[in-house]
Amino acid sequence: MISPKLVEVGRHTNIELITCSEVKDVEGDPGNFAVTLSNHPRYIDPVKCTGCGECARHCPVTAVNGYNLKLDDRRATYIEYAQAVPLAFSIDTDTCIGCGLCENMCIAKAVEYDDTERETRLTVGSVVMAAGSRGFDPSGLDYLGYGRYPNVVTSEEFERILSASGPYFGHLMRPLDREEPKRIAWLQCVGSRDKNRCGNGYCSSVCCMYAVKEAMIAKEHAHGDLDCVVFNMDMRTFGKDYELYYNRAKDKDGVTFLKARIHSVTEVPDRGDLIVKYADDTGRMQEEIFSMVVLSIGLQVQPDAAELAQRLGIELNEYNFVKTDTFAPVTTSRPGFYTCGVLQGPKDIPGSITEASAAAWAAGADLVEGRGTDIPKIEVPEQRDVTQEEPRIGVFVCNCGINIGGIVDVPAVREYAATLPGVAFSDDNLFTCSQDTQDKIKDVITEHRLNRVVVASCSPKTHAAMFMETLEACGLNKYLFEMANIRNQNSWIHSADSDVATQKAKDLVRMSVARAARLRTLNEKVVPINKKALVIGGGIAGMNAAIGLGDQGFETVLLERESELGGFARNLHHTIEGGDIQAYVNETVDKVNAHDKVEVITKARITGAEGFKGSFSTEIEMGEAKEKRAIDHGVILVATGANEYQPTEFLYGEDDRVVTQVELTDRLHDKGASDLDAVVMIQCVGSRNEEHENCSRICCQSAVKNALEIKKQSPDTQVFVLYRDIRTYGLLEDYYTEAREKGVIFIRFDKDTPPRVTAEADALRVTVKDHILQQDVEIRTDLLALSAGLRAADTDDVSSIMKFNRNPEGYFIEAHVKLRPVDMPSEGVFLCGTAHGPKLITETIAQAQAAASRATTFLAKDAIKLSAITAKVDTEHCVKCLTCVRSCPFGVPQFNTEKMEIEINEALCHGCGVCTAVCPRQVIGLSFYEDDQLMCKIDALLDAEVV
Amino acid sequence: MSDFEPKIVGFLCNWCAYGGADLAGVSRLQYPPNLRPVRVMCSGRVDPLFIIQALKEGADGVLVAG
Repeated sequence: MISPKLVEVGRHTNIELITCSEVKDVEGDPGNFAVTLSNHPRYIDPVKCTGCGECARHCPVTAVNGYNLKLDDRRATYIEYAQAVPLAFSIDTDTCIGCGLCENMCIAKAVEYDDTERETRLTVGSVVMAAGSRGFDPSGLDYLGYGRYPNVVTSEEFERILSASGPYFGHLMRPLDREEPKRIAWLQCVGSRDKNRCGNGYCSSVCCMYAVKEAMIAKEHAHGDLDCVVFNMDMRTFGKDYELYYNRAKDKDGVTFLKARIHSVTEVPDRGDLIVKYADDTGRMQEEIFSMVVLSIGLQVQPDAAELAQRLGIELNEYNFVKTDTFAPVTTSRPGFYTCGVLQGPKDIPGSITEASAAAWAAGADLVEGRGTDIPKIEVPEQRDVTQEEPRIGVFVCNCGINIGGIVDVPAVREYAATLPGVAFSDDNLFTCSQDTQDKIKDVITEHRLNRVVVASCSPKTHAAMFMETLEACGLNKYLFEMANIRNQNSWIHSADSDVATQKAKDLVRMSVARAARLRTLNEKVVPINKKALVIGGGIAGMNAAIGLGDQGFETVLLERESELGGFARNLHHTIEGGDIQAYVNETVDKVNAHDKVEVITKARITGAEGFKGSFSTEIEMGEAKEKRAIDHGVILVATGANEYQPTEFLYGEDDRVVTQVELTDRLHDKGASDLDAVVMIQCVGSRNEEHENCSRICCQSAVKNALEIKKQSPDTQVFVLYRDIRTYGLLEDYYTEAREKGVIFIRFDKDTPPRVTAEADALRVTVKDHILQQDVEIRTDLLALSAGLRAADTDDVSSIMKFNRNPEGYFIEAHVKLRPVDMPSEGVFLCGTAHGPKLITETIAQAQAAASRATTFLAKDAIKLSAITAKVDTEHCVKCLTCVRSCPFGVPQFNTEKMEIEINEALCHGCGVCTAVCPRQVIGLSFYEDDQLMCKIDALLDAEVV
Repeated sequence: MSDFEPKIVGFLCNWCAYGGADLAGVSRLQYPPNLRPVRVMCSGRVDPLFIIQALKEGADGVLVAG
């Protein structure tokens, strides 16, 4: 998944990559920092090194492989992993014996034994700190036996064990005897939520999800039955749709989740099995035997990263995460310095990526005046005219490490490809997507005068764009490219039968070669970008997105449905950290209203929309008079928000002593808590149930926040929180700990035995089954606060008019859950705040800044190229039957009554080809998927096949 | 008939079925190797003539998935 990102960073013309280096010092002010770097010697010149690996193949020294977490070996001359960027080897001088073999073997003459430590200087305008974290080292926790028992591994080591490029090539084995385990235990919260043993009071946020994932993958990799048990205090699957995954693991795939406290792990002598002793949820001691134990280690900032931050004058919190403000999530204490990812606080991949975009926004906003002045111009060589040439096809067959090469006979496929008509060149590569192979492909295209390229590797969905760029970079039209998917749709699914997979690979390559020969040069239409943005929704997300875009210098229109800005945050008082939400909302409203680039329109409704990326037009009605107006803009940011669920459970609405957490906050603000003897809170109301399977993410912290407020106002008031799993992730865990210290009582209940509430004249009676006592407990309370989940705002109109997809819970769907959390699937459309899914204010602000950042990458360009895959009508032979007009799912073909002919706007055409298939006269073509370009695949498969 | 291995041509929609077939690979699901996929941008692109051509040339089955 990370490989295309690595390649993108390596290829990006605006990114200069400096590896093997450390920042020594940064002097100066925002806009003009002088950075001093220590460049450590790598002993192999990364510019000269081709990554061929001859040096490592001949290196006689064996060293421990840190990348595979010491589970296997590497050479002293090595590369960390096969897809590394830059793909250049280095010499580990701690183990190198200086024999000189690698220097002799290197054809590129890249080995430099006399390489030395150097110091270089850079001038930059802003700095982003993203030093990340490492997994917690559990060696110091004696009771877990890590380091003493070989079959106790960390979750990071287990990731490597499961990986195809790992020490066991993806085979599920335990380290001691390389046997396949029959039972695996995951122990959660190792190095997290534990101030006594390791000082880390925070929750690492990601371990519950990765434990579920590791258990699921381990089950897939296992050959027989595999028993997976996850020992936990709370399962914290709070992210978007994470609960669905957890439920699938639990209910469908048979992963067991046990609430437990671990006492010790000891080894069964001679067998290597492990005895896990634990206290179960009734407090009784239990013992179970496992073949392997995985420690779910938490995230921890590395000491050198903390030292660096301190050296640069960046304030850290008590756990060494960079200190940031609730309302400025990526801004550090030093002006011009921003942060993102786990260095800012524990978080998962989508959270890190969101913050990364936010940090890029902040870093760029400081430098708006200089935008575009210090970047190299990309020179795309002039396109070679190949229209008159006979096809000369180059076929590149990928081994994908062992993903393809381990199953398919790649050399045989390569040789077979060479025999196919039109093929002028064929080769195989270890990783066809790697940087050096791209250069190699370019050289080969030029050297052999190739005019068509076929890559037989993975999926075109993930890799075609990258290869097409490579074609462009050497003057070949990018549409003269075709892929054969011999990994995802072949080697991975037929891994048991090499012969069958090889035969299928040959068939797929033959089909692709046939199609490649029929591909034609296509030119993409260039359309100008309207540099104005439209933001839908004027809550915290929408306002921050609008200010973000305005600060980047782009005209922005902010639409709000209600008569005033602020959204749901208008109902809130304080964040758990103590931030004054009303003051912040008012300040932000003033800022957005005063911004000279932002136009705010309240009481606005969207009534119509047309256009496409870079050139949208939206019709609205605004104000009391419903005045109509059309807005032209280049991008759309969706920030429609969410509201608190209105419960139907637990007497809500029937008895005014039953309130929601938001109402409780109001009450505490207006009347205080001194008149209350007891308050009971019930968690997961309207969340994690049959109707709304997902977790609402924010309600546990709302309960803790209000519980602490009650204890602050009236220490004698008893507070009971009835919960299923407390999900105070990240640094919120400290507040949960504080609440317990202040005497708030937390009682866990099962989903199947929810609390019961009855109303009496003088009090409410809440009955709940206590899991330690294993019997009902009755609590008399003055007030019952329901932690009601979030519900997406009503967006039926926006969704249907603008054609934006939502999930079953009404939240908008992002382009990719992990890698593109702020992009919507349609280009030029971005998403932020609770319209995307439940999240905290600080997370909302980060995502709004991220959306502004993503939109800026779009608006900063003057024009975009449209895909050339569009339908075209041969108007001369068209009989105007209108079948295409009726059939197009996007309503693109129009009948022009003046010209009396069918028109298909190529900027609007999605290239699906429905019109092409339905046209009774066969006069609509779909470029890149013409009839002959598909038919030839069928012919190549069936006609040529030897039966 | 026990040795019969059908030849199946599959027209897979880029946005769903083709993506699904990719995902089956990522998930290492194992299924019989008789299918030869042809990627199309939409199952609606599949002209009935493609299906007839495939059957005429000896395909034992055609799958249109989208």
